Amino acid sequence: MIITQQKDINEIYEMIKPYSKILIAGCDGCNQPPRSINEAKVLGQLLELKAKTEGKALIWKAITILRQCDDRIAATTVRPFLDDYEAIVSLACGLGVVMMNKIADKILTYPAQNSMFGGVQNASENDFIQYCETCGDCLLGVTGGVCPIAGCAKHLNNGPCGGTVDGLCEVGGYTRPCAWIEIYKRLKKFDRLDLFTKYRPARDYRSATSPSFIVINKTYTNEEEKKKEEKK
Amino acid sequence: MGKRPAYSNLCKAIEAGHFVFTGELEPKKILDLSEIIESSKEMIKTKRIIAANVTDGPQGDAYMSSLIPSYIIQRDAGIEAVWQVAVRDRNRVALFGDVIAGAYMGLKNILVLTGDHTALGDNKKARPVYDIDSTQFCELLSKIIDDGTDYEGNEISGGKVEMNYGCVANPNAVGEYMEPEILKVGRKVEQGIDFIQTQTAFDIDVAKEFINELARFNVPILLGIFPMKSHGIAWYFDNYIPGVSVPKDLLKALKSAEKDNKGNKPAKYAALDKVNVEFFKPFIKEIKENSKASGVHCMAVEYERLFIPLLGEYPEYAKGFY
Repeated sequence: MIITQQKDINEIYEMIKPYSKILIAGCDGCNQPPRSINEAKVLGQLLELKAKTEGKALIWKAITILRQCDDRIAATTVRPFLDDYEAIVSLACGLGVVMMNKIADKILTYPAQNSMFGGVQNASENDFIQYCETCGDCLLGVTGGVCPIAGCAKHLNNGPCGGTVDGLCEVGGYTRPCAWIEIYKRLKKFDRLDLFTKYRPARDYRSATSPSFIVINKTYTNEEEKKKEEKK
Repeated sequence: MGKRPAYSNLCKAIEAGHFVFTGELEPKKILDLSEIIESSKEMIKTKRIIAANVTDGPQGDAYMSSLIPSYIIQRDAGIEAVWQVAVRDRNRVALFGDVIAGAYMGLKNILVLTGDHTALGDNKKARPVYDIDSTQFCELLSKIIDDGTDYEGNEISGGKVEMNYGCVANPNAVGEYMEPEILKVGRKVEQGIDFIQTQTAFDIDVAKEFINELARFNVPILLGIFPMKSHGIAWYFDNYIPGVSVPKDLLKALKSAEKDNKGNKPAKYAALDKVNVEFFKPFIKEIKENSKASGVHCMAVEYERLFIPLLGEYPEYAKGFY
């Protein structure tokens, strides 16, 4: 799930200041904490109040979309409102905001959230925690299932560094675990220190170069196979 | 020494069987290297300090880059530099560029570091780099020096890079944390390091056990010590340097040395020096006589007056190398 944090109300208000009619779109997709119809409604009320303090009237409507990052779902949901509003404020992560700008291109969509990280809900340790950075070169098979990219402040492939003290990381004032000590403990537990000892060469960062894309709808034709058969 | 020849005075002296000493210099946020040059000259005068480490933005602070000061102390003071390079601020392209620039300027030693995170430094909002980690930097250096190429194998023309490089190790990783530390150093040994300089140690038993563990790699080890020229420095070190704690008795002795001689600078200095000599002289002796260490890295930054009281009894082996 994508973990988001709402922007400061003043920052959101500055973005929508030029408009008098806005659509506020929640997202029922994976983003956490929830940013659905209720959150969209509360944001509308706050923005209306803020506008009032400046002597302005703000008309707003709150809706929610199943998944703002899915072009077909987002387009069909938002289409009926586009002629009546001057701008959209999205409560989705950055993916949703970009998608809304793409599919509803008559007006601009503004972000109400900062997208923090792809994370898990881990109530026993922390509310939300980043376990994967979608780096494009998964190392979990050699690190005992602990990610040194998301879990290590320095993204080390061959840790730990000298900044670990009693298994804790120098970043954050020795309150968070050192991923490499966690990796060591996991691999020791399963008698796989051979994996810990192994040197991992420098990463190929082309897999993480922006903009990333994977083509899903490749075409297929049997023409070439037919030609080969004919040659035979 | 492994497959690689000793190119630097530091490695040559170790190879010749001397128990070596290295010093430390810290370029700061200052457009003036006169203090560093003076310190280097004082090190030369001891005839016992073979090379001086030049730090690279310690604690993540934005200081003068270590490359030029390393060159300047070699040119203007005549002492060899152990050029510290952290992977925190440069990607593999910039590291390669700096290394061959350093080689061109006649630098002979590199100390590879990960580097304290920028979140600890004085520009906390910075984005740290860490494109390659310190072990991968060791591999890059092996490619530069041994193969004459960059990381991808593209050839360097116009000459051969003749340098030795080392890594750091942390003797304060004790108990269950020692094994991952030793295994980590093992990966760097595999990537061709020529020497190890350790973080500072205050506990002689811990230091000896750590050296004993590292000795399996057959790579020269220089144990780090940190004489403290004031109680304030000791206190800062105790509180702000990751993984290092200064013994309480030593802190207390430094504090009373300052307190008992308030207002009398020479007496205060003498008292502080006495505390340091009484603590570190037997410490060094023990390391030399009863461990497999090849030397001591003395991180007495801007505390040159302590060198002779501390090291005076050792041979003047370094003068033949300057």
